[in-house]
Amino acid sequence: MDKVKIRMNKPADRRNYSARNLWSGILFGFGVIAFIDEVVFHQLLHWHHFYDKSTSDIGLVSDGLFHAFSFFATIGSSFMLSDLRRRDAFWLRRWIGGILLGSGIFQLYDGIIQHKLMRLHQIRYNVDISLYDWVWNLAALALLISGVVITLRTSPKRMPPEESVQYD
Amino acid sequence: MFPSIFIPVIITAAAFALYLYATLSSNKRFQRWPMYRYGCFIIGVLSSASAVTGPLADWAHLDFRAHMLGHLLLGMLGPLLIVLSSPVALALRTMEVHWARSVTRLLKSKPVLWISHPITAATLNIGGLWLIYGAGLYSAMQHNMLIHILVHFHVFVAGYLFTASLIYTDLAPHRTSYNLRSFVMIIAFAGHGILSKLIYAEPPEGIPQAQGLTGGLLMYYGGDLIDLVLIFIFWLQWYRSSQSLFSKFSMTR
Repeated sequence: MDKVKIRMNKPADRRNYSARNLWSGILFGFGVIAFIDEVVFHQLLHWHHFYDKSTSDIGLVSDGLFHAFSFFATIGSSFMLSDLRRRDAFWLRRWIGGILLGSGIFQLYDGIIQHKLMRLHQIRYNVDISLYDWVWNLAALALLISGVVITLRTSPKRMPPEESVQYD
Repeated sequence: MFPSIFIPVIITAAAFALYLYATLSSNKRFQRWPMYRYGCFIIGVLSSASAVTGPLADWAHLDFRAHMLGHLLLGMLGPLLIVLSSPVALALRTMEVHWARSVTRLLKSKPVLWISHPITAATLNIGGLWLIYGAGLYSAMQHNMLIHILVHFHVFVAGYLFTASLIYTDLAPHRTSYNLRSFVMIIAFAGHGILSKLIYAEPPEGIPQAQGLTGGLLMYYGGDLIDLVLIFIFWLQWYRSSQSLFSKFSMTR
């Protein structure tokens, strides 16, 4: 028998993997925003510092955990994505919703808790910081809100019941 | 001077000879031993050995940056590559059956279960580093030869246990869940990163500030690089293990 395509798991199967699509997106968003933070703000602009003498111990711990987690999340989410593709269960909109959600949460946590409360490091030094903080945190909020909207709109509960799904 | 130069060289040569002998004997009875494992074993042993003897080891007595490079080779890169060369599986293939059975029984025993558990292995590995750089063991090992040797031995063995408890390329009788290993990895990598930043901020006693800065950065980014490989293999194994489930339910090809 040559190449006969038997599709048994599309598109209804997506709904069984809606959580994995969302998680893959969230972890990827986490990794992407941490990567941008490291490359753009630490390495290219040199606005952020590797270590700031006013950093509290809890800030150092939080930074270490997030750094380790971002590595883990980037690679893990890519493998989860391959897994979803392999199962024909990849769901682009839900995945993008996850990315926005993950990057928004990280950015907001970084902007409010790590920069301001734990005083890990500031966005930039020797300038009036309040404008930078507002832009940073409002951008985070925008990411987060769009992520929440897309995630709610792609909720499996809102999809049509299984009988009405057309198989191709 | 005699032991400090020759003993590690003799151990390295013996390790190569044993490995080669075992693969030759294994090739007679089983599938050919893959080439990449020879490469992993040779580079792995040389990485670890270079931290104990030779020019890098000599330089490490004088310079903290060289010490840190040695630490990365001895405790991280070397163990990772040696784990990838599957020495336990090879040993069991080569031994006579009754010996192999005793070794298997030992590997399955309670103490080995306990010490090879990811949480124990991570505590030994990262906890040991905190003792070395955070609790004054570093300056003690510069003055006392016995402590020096014990610390190097510990760094290698703990690094090996840690790596082998997280990725299952070699035989691993006691397996733990992906969730537990994920959790342990993140905490352990974070512990390594935090310690490097503390060294960067305040190097251990007796180290010039400039060497402490570079040493801390080297530990941080060098550690990241090897962690990246470890994480990649970990997720690759997850990806492959969830495939069997896939083939059961789907016929798309």
